[in-house]
Amino acid sequence: MAGGWRHARHLIVLALVVAAGLGAFLILRGAVVPAGFGKLGHYRAGAIDDNRRRPVSFAGQATCADCHDKQVEARSKGKHRIVSCEACHGPQARHADDPEKLKPVLPDTAILCRRCHEKDPAKPAHFPQVASTDHSGGAACNACHQPHAPKM
Amino acid sequence: MHPGVEGFMYPNEVELQWSILIVLYPYITGLVAGAFILASLERVFKVAAVKPTYRLALLTALAFLLVAPLPLQLHLGHPERSFEMYLTPNRSSAMAMFGFVYLWYLMVVLLLEIWLDYRADIVRMSQTTRGPVRWIYKVLTLGSQDISPEARKIDDTVGWIVTIIGIPSAFLLHGYVGFIFGSVKANAWWSTPLMPVVFLFSAMVSGIAAVMLLYMVVSRFQKQVVDMRCLDTIAKYLFYVFLIDFSLEMLDLIHRIYEADESFRTLDFMVQTRLYMSQVVIQICIGTVVPLALLGWTQVRRLSDGVRRAMYATAGVLTLIGIFAMRWNVVIGGQLFSKSYLGYTTYKLEFATREGLLPAIVLMILPLAILWVLLKLLPLSEKEAA
Ligand code: HEC
Ligand code: HEC
Ligand code: HEC
Ligand code: HEC
Repeated sequence: MAGGWRHARHLIVLALVVAAGLGAFLILRGAVVPAGFGKLGHYRAGAIDDNRRRPVSFAGQATCADCHDKQVEARSKGKHRIVSCEACHGPQARHADDPEKLKPVLPDTAILCRRCHEKDPAKPAHFPQVASTDHSGGAACNACHQPHAPKM
Repeated sequence: MHPGVEGFMYPNEVELQWSILIVLYPYITGLVAGAFILASLERVFKVAAVKPTYRLALLTALAFLLVAPLPLQLHLGHPERSFEMYLTPNRSSAMAMFGFVYLWYLMVVLLLEIWLDYRADIVRMSQTTRGPVRWIYKVLTLGSQDISPEARKIDDTVGWIVTIIGIPSAFLLHGYVGFIFGSVKANAWWSTPLMPVVFLFSAMVSGIAAVMLLYMVVSRFQKQVVDMRCLDTIAKYLFYVFLIDFSLEMLDLIHRIYEADESFRTLDFMVQTRLYMSQVVIQICIGTVVPLALLGWTQVRRLSDGVRRAMYATAGVLTLIGIFAMRWNVVIGGQLFSKSYLGYTTYKLEFATREGLLPAIVLMILPLAILWVLLKLLPLSEKEAA
């Protein structure tokens, strides 16, 4: 069989080349795949901490309730009780931290309300929706509706 | 309302995301798998008649395989990121694992088989060629000049084993592409377990037709006579595989019509209108029925060589057009209707844009250019030692 091996020299060289390529690949892989990849899932585990370190934008409605019980009270009576404060007012964490320094701009109802209530066949039929041009003829929605308790 | 949109479309469906480049991708991989399966006929099933196309089929498969990932990379952008598929393999993604199927097929099957088959020629050419090309051959010999009968026998045995592994790999390569489409649960046009099988057989059809045509073209260029026995055999295989492919596609169709599930009216309307030209006229009539009739005719009638060649050439070209139309209808058709089954959109093919017609044409010419270079480097006929 020794003779057989002699004639398979090119195959052995090929195997070595492949092994070298594989080795180079593994070294490269070790060098470029970030640490912690795959620990929690198909992503870099450290990405969670990176995200956590980013400044918070949304304070959460429990925080708003500390100072704005009037609006919380008003909202709790209508169907908008399931809509979070910052869904309409936008991210207000910086305002909540220091209300004196940063006063939120009030949303423009002509834009805001349509975002959720404009008639669209893709929405479930039971969701309250209006064709705003027919419904209000361009008048701002809060001319008639109270944003926090919108039922007429 | 958007121009080109009829009825109700969800906003993300108005514009097609999978362009003509995604049509090319299954088309090209199909050619690879088909060409390889033809080559393995000679090797494993010992069909001596197709021997003249053995090397051509392998090189064709290689040329197209090298181009196969390009349409995807052009479509996605950031081609350098495709390497991450290998660095951080995602075992739960069929698309991501395709990278390994591709690599396996390219490295373990095709390159190895071609190298083993050509080794004797490479060694000879590394001794006789002059100029810088010689170095290419020198590298390819991997430092072994051993082409003794014993060494060739080893090559032959290993090559045979590689081909044995290669056939299921070729099936895997293209069945896999079909699987990726067939497993899109949300798309009624794609989601069928028949998809991988249909893709596989259409791959064989297109690959065999392509090699048949290339064989005629290359023979003409090299001023060699076409081996009619070889051509007849290939045409016979093409005919039978095509019959199976057509039956499977009709099975899918009949099944859909009889089952008539909730998607049926929508898809039926789509085929009657937006896909009528590309599906009914081009794919089924011109691209399937006509070539099948031509090939069938050559099977039952005695015809002169010239007439047969002309019929094979026509059938081959129509087949390639038909299979391209089939890929088109799958990929584009699957995005023309809304998931709400209430509306349709239009695909606007651009020309000189990243995903336009021009890059698609270039991507189809590129493998032929690669094949031309390969044929220069690795001639089809075994040269006698000087
Ligand atoms: C620490 C107490 C505090 C918290 C927490 C707080 N706010 Fe305020 N907010 C205030 C005060 C005080 C004002 C009045 C500022 C002024 O008039 O200068 C105000 C004003 C506002 C205004 C503007 C009222 C106007 O008349 O222009 C809005 C809107 C508002 N807050 C929304 C929110 C929301 C939403 C949250 C929860 C993310 C929140 N606030 C959390 C204290 C707070
Ligand atoms: C459906 C959208 C919506 C939600 C939800 C909402 N708001 Fe408002 N809010 C508005 C609009 C619109 C105005 C401006 C009213 C105007 O200009 O008349 C407003 C005004 C305010 C004001 C100014 C004083 C006032 O009452 O006009 C405060 C403070 C306020 N909101 C706090 C809150 C807090 C706290 C919450 C959560 C408990 C909340 N809002 C939830 C839409 C909303
Ligand atoms: C973030 C989305 C959102 C925005 C913005 C929004 N709404 Fe609503 N609205 C809702 C939801 C959710 C409901 C409750 C629907 C349900 O219960 O089916 C609702 C309900 C209503 C109702 C029906 C109330 C009832 O009791 O029948 C009215 C009227 C209404 N909204 C008006 C408005 C007006 C006016 C604005 C602008 C100030 C507005 N909405 C902004 C989400 C929104
Ligand atoms: C001129 C006063 C007026 C204005 C302005 C107005 N609405 Fe209304 N809206 C009403 C009245 C009255 C009702 C209750 C009767 C009804 O259902 O038609 C109502 C009902 C609704 C409802 C509930 C519909 C349902 O099917 O339950 C929604 C949602 C609504 N309005 C949204 C808006 C939005 C959004 C705007 C701003 C573009 C707006 N409205 C402006 C008077 C008004």
